[in-house]
Amino acid sequence: MSNSRIALDRVTVLVPTQDGSRQIIHETSFDLTEKRVALIGPNGSGKSTMARLINGLVTATTGRVLVDGLDVAKHGRDVRRRVGFMFTDPAAQLVMPTAREDVALSLRRTHPHKAERLAAAERVLADFGLADFGDRSVHALSGGEGQLLALAGVLATSPSIVVADEPTTLLDLGNARRIGDLLLGLPQQLVLVTHDLDLAERCDRALLIKDGRVDFDGPATETVARYRATA
Amino acid sequence: MSADLLGLHRPGTTLLHRLSAGSKLGALLVASLVVVLVRGPVSALVFLALGFGALAWSGARLGVTFRAMRWILVTAALLGAWTAWQSGWPRAVEAVGDLLALVALATTMTVTTPVDEVMDAVTRALQPFRRVGVNPEAVGLAFSLMLRAIPSTLSLAGDTRDAALARGLERSPRARLVPFVIRVVARARDTGDALHARGIGDD
Repeated sequence: MSNSRIALDRVTVLVPTQDGSRQIIHETSFDLTEKRVALIGPNGSGKSTMARLINGLVTATTGRVLVDGLDVAKHGRDVRRRVGFMFTDPAAQLVMPTAREDVALSLRRTHPHKAERLAAAERVLADFGLADFGDRSVHALSGGEGQLLALAGVLATSPSIVVADEPTTLLDLGNARRIGDLLLGLPQQLVLVTHDLDLAERCDRALLIKDGRVDFDGPATETVARYRATA
Repeated sequence: MSADLLGLHRPGTTLLHRLSAGSKLGALLVASLVVVLVRGPVSALVFLALGFGALAWSGARLGVTFRAMRWILVTAALLGAWTAWQSGWPRAVEAVGDLLALVALATTMTVTTPVDEVMDAVTRALQPFRRVGVNPEAVGLAFSLMLRAIPSTLSLAGDTRDAALARGLERSPRARLVPFVIRVVARARDTGDALHARGIGDD
């Protein structure tokens, strides 16, 4: 288990309800060592919850989540420095008024001096073809531009793992393909929650999640084929 | 479209741009106190002229700014009508003049100052309060988030209005207010998640 980059060890997640609680993740264990892993399955099956467990956005009710051997519950700060998280809606992820300021926010820890931080933010924007967007309001960006900026903000801090929660769901075909290609080409380990089965098939491994459980786990092509057959 | 431009930094070389964020924040604080404490319609009109004069000096595109402010102007008009009915025209001119002067001065501040500098200035100013439990970085970030929240909240209000229109419920305050509040709370939670995921506040 400790050799795995990401490991869920007998994890359950319960959420409070008016009647008591509801179990959204049943006891689940898996190790993720492959470079590109997809989580697929129906809406409400628990895919996003499993992804959010990896950097502590959701806390396991029982069991442990380990990233590079670090328990997320005990070493959340260290884990979040290793794990970059990309949300479905860039409008939720981009929290500063302009593109440059948003990337600079990611860099505040690694670049405490303002001039260096802004210069680094400019370099990151240029790397993603967003050099002309520095002064643009994040609110005025298109879906594809916003998601590209969100990815730039995530990668600015050089995480070793990227978790992307349905990053192409809100995008048109061209932008979805562009973001998908970028994600799959990253040097980092990628955990991709997606409904785009073509994208999922290009991963090394895929887990089919149903009703808060891993219903099938195997090579991505096999898992996608099974999902297509049973959906 | 215009909502996003309200309060957005606009690079420039005017004196207002060159002043430090700390001095502008301090000046805004003092100006706000003066505007509120000095009573009377004449002084309100003077503050209003000064506020919009500063905004024009900052290089803000006034046409765009006025369009972005249209809901604030509607609110000011309603406030003016109510105050005129309840307390007379002099009080109405004072209330509306003071409100719009403060909006203009605050917009001048945000138009001429990058948020990053505001964050740094607030964080620096609050360092002495760290010993009594204040987290200067968190307060500085809250300032920045507040600025980002303006266009975001206006956009949510527009989305909610459109949804009510599409369902033929444009005359129902409940159909507009309840979803709007839910969306604002949901967006606030999403923003919290985004900050958490980016490790902001971990240090």
